[in-house]
Amino acid sequence: MFRAIFPGIAVAPFLIYTFLGLGVPVIAVVINAFHSQTGKFTTANIKLVTTGIYRLGMYNSIKLSLITAIIPGVLGVFLAYAIHTSRSSWLRRLTTTASGVLANFGGVNLTFMFIATLGSTGVLTAWLAAVHLNPWNHGFSLYSFYGVAFVYLYFQIPLMVLVITPALGGLRPAWREAAQNMGASNWRYWRYVGVPVLLPSVLGGMLLLFGSSFAAYATAQSLTTGIIALAPIQIGNLLDGNVISNEVNVGFAIALGMLVVLTVTMVCYGLVRRRASKWLR
Amino acid sequence: MTQMKETTVTSSASTTTPAGAGVDLVGLVRSYGRVRALDGFSLTIKPGEFIALLGPSGCGKTTALRVLAGFERPDGGRVIVDGADLSNVSAQKRDMGMVFQSYSLFPNMNALHNVAFGLRMRRQSSRDRNTKARELLDLVGLSDQAQKYPHQMSGGQQQRVALARALAIEPRVLLLDEPLSALDAKVRAELRDQIRSLQQRLAITTVFVTHDQEEALSMADRVCVMSQGHIEQTATPAELYARPATAFVAQFVGVSSRVPVTVTAGQADVFGQSVAARGADAHSVGVALDALLRPEELAVMVDPAGKGFVTHKSFFGATTRLIVQVEEVPVRVDVRSDLVADMALGTRVDVKVVTPDVLVAPRMAAPTEA
Amino acid sequence: MAEELALEEVLNESPVRRSGRRRRPSLWRTVVFLFAGLYFLLPIYAGMKFTLQDIHGHFSFGAITSLPHVAGFADAFWLSMRLAGATLVIEAILVVPTAIYVHLRLPRLRRLFEFITILPIVFPPIVLILGLTRAAPLWIRASPYMLSAEYVILSLPFVYRSLDAGLSAIDLKTLTEAARSLGGNWVKTVWRVILPNLRPALLSALVLSMALVLGEYTMASLDLWTTIPVWIVQFQQGSNGHIQIAASMMGLIVTWVLLTVIVSIDRTEARRRKATKAAL
Repeated sequence: MFRAIFPGIAVAPFLIYTFLGLGVPVIAVVINAFHSQTGKFTTANIKLVTTGIYRLGMYNSIKLSLITAIIPGVLGVFLAYAIHTSRSSWLRRLTTTASGVLANFGGVNLTFMFIATLGSTGVLTAWLAAVHLNPWNHGFSLYSFYGVAFVYLYFQIPLMVLVITPALGGLRPAWREAAQNMGASNWRYWRYVGVPVLLPSVLGGMLLLFGSSFAAYATAQSLTTGIIALAPIQIGNLLDGNVISNEVNVGFAIALGMLVVLTVTMVCYGLVRRRASKWLR
Repeated sequence: MTQMKETTVTSSASTTTPAGAGVDLVGLVRSYGRVRALDGFSLTIKPGEFIALLGPSGCGKTTALRVLAGFERPDGGRVIVDGADLSNVSAQKRDMGMVFQSYSLFPNMNALHNVAFGLRMRRQSSRDRNTKARELLDLVGLSDQAQKYPHQMSGGQQQRVALARALAIEPRVLLLDEPLSALDAKVRAELRDQIRSLQQRLAITTVFVTHDQEEALSMADRVCVMSQGHIEQTATPAELYARPATAFVAQFVGVSSRVPVTVTAGQADVFGQSVAARGADAHSVGVALDALLRPEELAVMVDPAGKGFVTHKSFFGATTRLIVQVEEVPVRVDVRSDLVADMALGTRVDVKVVTPDVLVAPRMAAPTEA
Repeated sequence: MAEELALEEVLNESPVRRSGRRRRPSLWRTVVFLFAGLYFLLPIYAGMKFTLQDIHGHFSFGAITSLPHVAGFADAFWLSMRLAGATLVIEAILVVPTAIYVHLRLPRLRRLFEFITILPIVFPPIVLILGLTRAAPLWIRASPYMLSAEYVILSLPFVYRSLDAGLSAIDLKTLTEAARSLGGNWVKTVWRVILPNLRPALLSALVLSMALVLGEYTMASLDLWTTIPVWIVQFQQGSNGHIQIAASMMGLIVTWVLLTVIVSIDRTEARRRKATKAAL
């Protein structure tokens, strides 16, 4: 009955819901970024976030996200390929579901697991100390920038595995055989066919990883209790009241900056995905 | 669709000096778990010959081709090309060109680079391989598609590019793995002729795998019919059709009806008519036998006292196929359409064998229609 | 015929079905799995070890058994469960029918929906909650279920995609048309035909949603609701963190149990499907 009006109307509730859930906060962020606490239009917030510690926070966030996009991206491709070409189908099914769960892993649980592993009294720390390789004595700290990056791998790698596995499935065996038939060695197949075909999907995956890492808060927060300067952490501190700023709406300006970065990321992702789907049909 | 360059062919056999290699497949055995894909498969292919491997799914034809190409290692047996044993040579060093069933073009390269790929692997200069690639694209009639990518081409065009790619390396053997199966009927028919004429012009030894008997019979110099990993019969298309050696060949190639008969001293009793029996069981004693009759080996005559009656009529243009029920057995008979245009279903007829002999084989549980 | 099917099955088992050489476990794959196994399993082992130890380092279930009695845990647990339940209800009402509808009636919009549903992966929950502090009216913010509403969106990437994959795997159009032509109305068709065939995907979606809700910290903490993760961070009593870790691992154990259930259901489904195919 209602369907006769317009086929799309049945999905309207879903779209409206999603718009409300995502769009309303976005609008609130945009509006408040350009207004002061008293409701006056101002660009002071914006100016503030482009300097000093807020600029450092944004810079750190981008740096962290790049590191935790590229490294897990590459590692994830290798892991996904190892899984994909494995003979046992139970392993493949297991890792598919496991990737889904691990990619979703909450920050707090992960933090505590890693503290139990590599904290100063952690299990791995104890093992390494027994062979005089205690990382803490050699300048390592789980609660530092690179410690956070190391922990991020735990959900970034599975995310990459999730994203790239369908692309690996799209690599037809006929291509490899045709290449062999034409006289190409394994290496040359990858160089001329395999890697070029996979590249758009790999790039897409890395863009997604970048976005996911950029948006992450809980892991870094529970690991470092807000000490490291990262954009989401800074917003959290402002919300918490841990930090008082002259311009209360500074948090919104930071958030706006984050949204800009993420929009650029997703636009690139969309473009890359289009190329990938053309080839891997 | 542009035509490929036409060649006049006077006979079905190659008239130019064979450029292809002689191939010897000796006693190939290959199993997958419990399944025997190849069961002692042996075949000799003459240089420049076009041979078709024909059979139903799972008969081992594709496996045989892939063993020849080097993608599968046989559990036993040898692959010999031009006298050299290639059994331990990897696929990339065998110098054979293969056309796959579908979607084998590299998606990240246009047609030209796809065709030139094999030459690039042989480290030819960019100018040389592009020139050669263009020549071959011209040969298959696709010179205007050189810059197009596979996803921009139709299935038929893609397969022609795949063919050009396989030929670019001047292979000693050309292998085709059901290249036409994924295409529309019309495209399939056109491509069939073009592949055959190209092969004859270049006189390359060619092995063509298919489950479509029409393709095999119309294209090949010789056809090798396979079933369950072994060869049923290898013969020219004409001989295969006219004189099938086994029941499987008789029923797989062309159409035939199974009729229970009694055979004494090499003579079969078919509907009261005594005809010479041929085949491995022609002189067997104490074995229940069927005769395998082709529709064109029979004739019908209207006879009110006849033993059979017409149950079905199918118009095929010049001929009409009748199904005649004789003593509970359905028999297919082809007759000229104008002679039976007015024949009604249920007409009583007599069926007669018009060939000097009939193929007999061990009886199957229930009369089957082929 | 049976042999052809058997051959097909064998060939279709692994994506590298037609390899020239027999597949020996290659060196590089062993290395990759070794390092991956170490990195992913060691923290879990460490977590379990701390959970099952008391302060003196002896084996003990103490940390786990004392959890329900520790101040605030029961309330936090109950809150997390209510949020999870609400999230699942909303997903059942909103997301599942939409996924089915898009697959059935709007195939051309599938790409758009793929894009929309992957957005939440990169959408910072911190920005969400920040926006909501200003945008949401007080009466909504007074209820914890505002979190559930947002959790539905946050889990879309995994939930919608799981459903999408499941819907693609079954021939939805044919099944639906068959059911409808046999006289089933829409409700019956969905309930008796579509959903049973989506069981693995639905269960996957369920587990992923629960994992997300039980582990979500950002929005809950800044909106000042004490869910399990928030409670874990706030709980600071000198027990060397055993209680905190125990609570963390609880979530993991529950998720893993549910996962094994899914995998075994999936396996019986696959076996049933194979048997049906062979019988044809």
